[in-house]
Amino acid sequence: MSPVTIPEVEHAYPGSTGCPGCGANLVMRYLLKGLGERTILTIPACCWAVMPGYWPSHCLKVPMVYCAFEATGASLSGMRAALDMKGVEDVTVVGFAGDGGTVDIGLQALSGAAERETDALYVMYDNEAYMNTGIQRSGATPWGAWTATTPVGPSRDYKREPKKDIMSIMEAHGIPYAATVSVAHPEDFVKKAKKAKDVRGFKFIHALSPCPPGWKMNPMKTVEVARLAVDTNVFPLYEIENGRVRITKKGKGLPIKDYLSIQRRFGHLTEEEVKRMQESVDSSFKALEQREAREG
Amino acid sequence: MSRSYEDIPLTPISDTPSTMNMTGLWRVFRPVVDLDKCKKCTLCWKFCPDAAIVLVDGKPKIDLRYCKGCGICANECLAECIIMVKEEAE
Ligand SMILES: Cc1ncc(C[n+]2csc(CCOP(=O)(O)OP(=O)(O)O)c2C)c(N)n1
Ligand code: SF4
Ligand code: SF4
Ligand code: SF4
Ligand SMILES: [Mg+2]
Repeated sequence: MSPVTIPEVEHAYPGSTGCPGCGANLVMRYLLKGLGERTILTIPACCWAVMPGYWPSHCLKVPMVYCAFEATGASLSGMRAALDMKGVEDVTVVGFAGDGGTVDIGLQALSGAAERETDALYVMYDNEAYMNTGIQRSGATPWGAWTATTPVGPSRDYKREPKKDIMSIMEAHGIPYAATVSVAHPEDFVKKAKKAKDVRGFKFIHALSPCPPGWKMNPMKTVEVARLAVDTNVFPLYEIENGRVRITKKGKGLPIKDYLSIQRRFGHLTEEEVKRMQESVDSSFKALEQREAREG
Repeated sequence: MSRSYEDIPLTPISDTPSTMNMTGLWRVFRPVVDLDKCKKCTLCWKFCPDAAIVLVDGKPKIDLRYCKGCGICANECLAECIIMVKEEAE
């Protein structure tokens, strides 16, 4: 039996201009393995907008359209409407945006698309900052992190606000399917992409997307750090289907310092500060488990 | 006046595969596979962000024209049969 556990077909070409070890490349690779070739993407300003390279180069075997930074939600509704007018039903419309383009500048367009119940999938690849413009903090940057605009320094000016909870925001729109996915667990990822494709209505996928330069880590650690995010419960893998939560892959419950210590963006944190993060992760994960038990 | 999509000015379209970009030239470290030690687990193929690995009879064949040398394959290989060696300056 072949040990290959995800579809072998590739919808991405080599030669993209992402950094070595870019997690966002893996997010797209697994997403398209799940969705298949009848897919069309709209992508705003973000690292993925530059991934295809200079004209006339394109790094995917499916079409992608560029939209304005704040407009992914509007763009995907327009694309769905155009395909409907043309009578094309078998194409999955995907909005694919970064965390800044999702939780900050694109939030109102995203909210509009969810409220309109557009039959489309929105994927947020979350590298936890505005990477393409040089690692500025976003609403998705976690508490405690160094970025270019939270530069630590002598006044220890790291990010002091918690990460925006985009999954709860999307759930509050009453959408039929939302899920978190990890590049360290492609089987779970592909399964969720396939599921999202078959659900009618507005679907949301939140992918943690390690970024070696932005997270200040060795590029060879991209998959390892994503695995540790799951195993320390920093980024639990779950799905919310018609309002019911299910944890799809249990982590090992490792201490959060295992996740933090391989990323220099957290290198300035004191033991006391790491403890504070641990408590916050513990309480969020406990709430998730309790909710799953209630609804299961 | 109603207007058709045909009135929209033409837009540049990129239609050439990115295999035109020789990203292997960026590489600082090169993955070297000891195929005799390979267990055919396919993990290296699964986790390569650049789709630069193809499987030949279950074993990896790395396309060095595109491999950026990130080292993920070496880090993920449980059999430890991939090592990263520094590229020589020409
Ligand atoms: C309206 C507008 N404001 C600002 C920019 C500049 N800009 C381009 S990409 C980017 C960062 C995007 O961050 P994110 O959405 O997190 O994606 P990432 O680059 O991290 O992949 C910014 C600020 C822009 N293109 N358009
Ligand atoms: S900056 Fe980060 S997200 Fe952007 S291409 Fe590089 S590794 Fe990927
Ligand atoms: S070093 Fe990186 S780009 Fe090269 S084959 Fe290994 S995983 Fe792929
Ligand atoms: S990860 Fe290592 S053992 Fe597994 S297929 Fe690749 S080279 Fe072989
Ligand atoms: Mg980002």
